[in-house]
Amino acid sequence: MKKEKLKKWQELPIGGLILDMGNSSETQTGDWNPNRLVWHDDTCTHCLLCWINCPDASIKVKDSKMIGIDDYHCKVCGICVEVCPTKPKSLEIISEEVA
Amino acid sequence: MSKVLEIRWHARAGQGAVMAANNLAQVLGELGKYTQAYPEYGAEKRGAPVEAFDRISDSPIRIHSRIEEPQVVLVLDQTLLRTVDVSEGATPDAIFIANSNRQPDELRQKLNIGERRLYVLDGSRIAINEIGVDIPNAPMLGALVKVTNLADINSFNEKFRALMGKKFTSKIIEGNLKAAKRGFEEVKQG
Amino acid sequence: MEKGTLEEKKSKRRVSLTGDDAIAEAMRQINPHVVAAYPITPSTQVVESFARFVADGLVDTEFVATESEHSAMSACVGAAAGGGRVMTVTGSQGLAYMFEVLGVTSGLRLPMVMAIANRALNSPLNIHGDHSDTMAMRDMGWIHLYSENGQEAYDNTIQAFRIAENPNVRTPVLVAIDGFQTSHMVETLTVEPDNLVKRFIGEYIASYPMLDIDNPVLYGAADRPDYYMEHKRSQLVGMINAPEVIQQVGQEYGALTGRYYGLVEEYRMEDAEHAIVVMSATAGSVKDVIDQLREEGVTAGLLKVRAFRPFPAEEVAKSLSRTKSVAVLDRCGTGGAQGGPLFLEVRAALYEEKSPPQVINYIYGLGGRDLPLRHIKDVYLRLREIARTGERGKLVDFLNLRE
Repeated sequence: MKKEKLKKWQELPIGGLILDMGNSSETQTGDWNPNRLVWHDDTCTHCLLCWINCPDASIKVKDSKMIGIDDYHCKVCGICVEVCPTKPKSLEIISEEVA
Repeated sequence: MSKVLEIRWHARAGQGAVMAANNLAQVLGELGKYTQAYPEYGAEKRGAPVEAFDRISDSPIRIHSRIEEPQVVLVLDQTLLRTVDVSEGATPDAIFIANSNRQPDELRQKLNIGERRLYVLDGSRIAINEIGVDIPNAPMLGALVKVTNLADINSFNEKFRALMGKKFTSKIIEGNLKAAKRGFEEVKQG
Repeated sequence: MEKGTLEEKKSKRRVSLTGDDAIAEAMRQINPHVVAAYPITPSTQVVESFARFVADGLVDTEFVATESEHSAMSACVGAAAGGGRVMTVTGSQGLAYMFEVLGVTSGLRLPMVMAIANRALNSPLNIHGDHSDTMAMRDMGWIHLYSENGQEAYDNTIQAFRIAENPNVRTPVLVAIDGFQTSHMVETLTVEPDNLVKRFIGEYIASYPMLDIDNPVLYGAADRPDYYMEHKRSQLVGMINAPEVIQQVGQEYGALTGRYYGLVEEYRMEDAEHAIVVMSATAGSVKDVIDQLREEGVTAGLLKVRAFRPFPAEEVAKSLSRTKSVAVLDRCGTGGAQGGPLFLEVRAALYEEKSPPQVINYIYGLGGRDLPLRHIKDVYLRLREIARTGERGKLVDFLNLRE
């Protein structure tokens, strides 16, 4: 990830405010965890419990169906794996080397 | 610096001295004088000795130091004389106005004021008659206005009425106005 | 500059009010969107009187009676961030309890006004006046205005909103009066007509109101070491711009009311050789002493500091550079510093002068201790002696202390 250019004090909004809302997507957190999350679409029932519980909005959904994982932002916290109701689980953490 | 009249009130908490001092400053302020009034609290409990102060002048008052040498001293409670030296710091030509039912000679001795001018008023009796309780501040205000000649009692009462109108019922207001007027009329030099 | 109309001049009111009620009257006319407060002696009467205005429907204010001063200031932060014109009132322990939120207010650049009846800090417990409460938070990023009497308390409260809300300032302002000495003292003052005050303060336009849901903003984000310093430097802009705005607002207010205000007030300083520097109520007593001493041939003068933050160093240096000896009167202890807070500022301001006057410091009036005129006179006589002999003597001393 490229290091962002730090702003001078004159360039900052008043009072330390953040005016461009929704800018958290600009910070890519996908490389924070050496492990990776994979999705098994063959067992997935599209219940979207993972989508509801994901703290980083990294479960990609289209037309009410899961379509994949946003690897740029997923920190591989494992909450989705925990809540996934299918047997076997449709979400799995694997180590980066294996991937 | 122009002449400033300095007044000190002695009373017990609950006798309305602080309010009377404030009312005096407010009424005379509205009548064109420049005024100050401030209280000095001790233990903030009913019955504790309190002092309140006024400054009255024809020009703006800048001083914010305490009044140490009053020219007028009012005593709202004669039982204070046992513990409080009401003559402390008073100027040689100071005027004393006391709420008392005692004889002036006897009172003069207790007040420890030598030959200085003393005025006596049975303000408590007037208060009980007119307001129904022993809160002698209004009659003492009337007496003060008379003795110092600071205002005409009718114009004083007119402003006094407006001032009280913000806080009290008409029965209390009328009682206080009557008490002030009686204080004005009944105060006697002793 | 705009002048008051003839009709407005006629409807000025001359009233006798306590300092607390003078502030409450200004608040009624200002009609803030939100007032959140937890009453504390000696500013209780401000809150009581204002609560009555709310109950009587004389203002549209949302009045929040909080459970503590910490909550009061927190509610003010929320209301100001939401886009409201906001005010609170406190002093002493209440101000101390607000402490951590005071920095939030100034750091977020939220314009708001806080009236303070200055009161001593514990311990020993004392409800009377001194400046140790506001001096303890002098570097919390708030603008400080100190008032000599009820008139100034009223005038400063009104002007404070214009200063705080100025787009180049956007910094909270506190307006201080001396506890009891001004807060509980009935004084004669002029109250301007409601519509004049309304016009003077104008409609408040918040810069980034949180309640503008179409333009969401984030208040109170965290900084790592890579940004905190830049944000603190950026915060300073409001303080740097404040002196010009304070003076401009003071002139504009003067044109409307006849009462002009600056950063400092000079009294008989034109030819003064010996000056006292002081803030708030005591300045009035000093003026009386000066008039007495002038008749006795002592060239005494007064420099009253109105804006303590930002500190008007240039004005102070300019005014005092012509004198021979100066006494700075601090109504606050030294806390182990080289003198009281006002003294430190004044002395530092004179450092660049080619031939600065001798400067001494007196601590006075702690916990409501009175300052009789004779003590002020003694200060001037000592200043004259210092100028005559060149012997400064004790740098920091106490006034009216038993020892």
